[in-house]
Amino acid sequence: MHTLTETVFAMRDGRVTLDRRPILRGIDLAVRPGEVVAIMGANGSGKSTLIRALLGLTPLSGGRTLMYGSPPARFRDWWRIGYVPQRLSVGGGVPATVGEVVTSGRIARQSRLRRTSAADRAAVAGALEAVGLSDRVRDPVQALSGGQQQRVLIARALAGEPDTYVMDEPTAGVDADTQQLLADTLARLVADGKTIVLVAHELGPLEPLITRGVVVREGLVAHDGPPPRPEGDCARPGHEHVHPHAAEATAGPLRGWQGEA
Amino acid sequence: MIDLLDRQFFQFALIAALLVGLCAPAVGTFIVQRRLALLGDGIGHVALTGVALGFLTGTAPVLTAVLVAVAGAVAIELVRARGRTSGDVALALMFYGGIAGGVLLMGIAPGGSNAKLNSYLFGAIASVTEQDIWIIGGLAVAVLAVVAFFGRELFVLCQDEEMARASGLPVRFLSLLIAVTAALTVVIAMRVVGLLLVSALMVIPVATSQQLTRGFRTTMLLAMLFGVIAAVGGLLASTASTRVPPGASIVLLALAGFVLALGVGKFVRRGRSQESTLTEPSTRAEEVV
Repeated sequence: MHTLTETVFAMRDGRVTLDRRPILRGIDLAVRPGEVVAIMGANGSGKSTLIRALLGLTPLSGGRTLMYGSPPARFRDWWRIGYVPQRLSVGGGVPATVGEVVTSGRIARQSRLRRTSAADRAAVAGALEAVGLSDRVRDPVQALSGGQQQRVLIARALAGEPDTYVMDEPTAGVDADTQQLLADTLARLVADGKTIVLVAHELGPLEPLITRGVVVREGLVAHDGPPPRPEGDCARPGHEHVHPHAAEATAGPLRGWQGEA
Repeated sequence: MIDLLDRQFFQFALIAALLVGLCAPAVGTFIVQRRLALLGDGIGHVALTGVALGFLTGTAPVLTAVLVAVAGAVAIELVRARGRTSGDVALALMFYGGIAGGVLLMGIAPGGSNAKLNSYLFGAIASVTEQDIWIIGGLAVAVLAVVAFFGRELFVLCQDEEMARASGLPVRFLSLLIAVTAALTVVIAMRVVGLLLVSALMVIPVATSQQLTRGFRTTMLLAMLFGVIAAVGGLLASTASTRVPPGASIVLLALAGFVLALGVGKFVRRGRSQESTLTEPSTRAEEVV
């Protein structure tokens, strides 16, 4: 059905403007199957907007982007994507159990009126097992700590058994145990040949898994290649790049922002 | 009371109360989850214009109310989806326009009177006709079918709209669906508790239920049970005296249930937080108080 060579995400000259403020100013990015891409950058650099634009959650104001060869609006195989948002949204206070939230990760695979199947149950049980929350299935997600809620979000994505995981700061504000658990979980996914695109401020225990680092700076790709190591220049927030994009940025209309980290 | 049960008008009233008690909390669970607890109020106010339009044109007010309420719900949803933060202002505008339009049209309608206006504002369950029962029954089936058929998707939508989009769900369609379903529910409940109290039956049983439950599905089912108890119980209570309006007794009974659940819920949660290692699981109950 799909070949190994097909591109997961392909963005050409991607531009996003929010409230007349340019957030992405011409991003070229292609993610191939099996890659583990870390998107990095300072706060406000546009890295979260970038993954949201890759998924079509934020519309492009210029350029184009493809998911498995289709524009997001015409993309149909959503089960192939597992999105992990930054925070668990708990709605307006109606409780939902851990089991209900994780099961909702199967939604792209479930057609209307079809009852929950054995395959659904097995996937949900496996996902809960992987994040160590099997004993909390019946607890309301509202009662969990931030780190545990992050685990629920990861389990929800795992339950959908997608080909590609897109994670928005999965390590932000999470305790060391959960970071290590996330690293172990991702290592298994990588071994299975899954594609992972994640936004991270710091890589922490995820670092050895990353095959490619993309540094976003003021809406442009400032670095794309081997992941910057903590001791390397690229990991230091606010350091000066000598890439062509950065030079353009200096000459661009946003010059006044250069001093800001 | 036995005499009453033999009377046809009372049988119609009971059926209407039962259907409202089932439908309003079922839709209400999604609406509360979506942080649109006041949506029912907005639609209720708009529906008044529909009722008055029915009197003005000589059509069945229930039918014109359905049309106008659905149009209002769609308008509210479109405004909400467009303007990110001005959703509550849009709702407020609907409130005023709906009431003012209703009062105006009722005033110039040939058979319009304050008594008729009141019966729609505060309910007139004793005047439910056989035709009303057929319309209410049909709408109730439609509402419950939507909840059963789209429930899984609506849960994802109301929990986290962005997640719904990233799961490939038809977000715009589902948003309109929930708004239209809410509009139908408002019209069902209109004859029973009145347009001004419609939203109470969509919100109070859910607020009551969530004091006691841990999951979404159990919250909805328990809310439907509370809704039926409040609607039927309130109706029966109102038979004690002809001076007790059923709409008011239904809503007050539901509120009493909420206060009771608040106390029981605190107790339940205290036990729960002792069994787990967590501290205070939720401060919601305190916030409500």
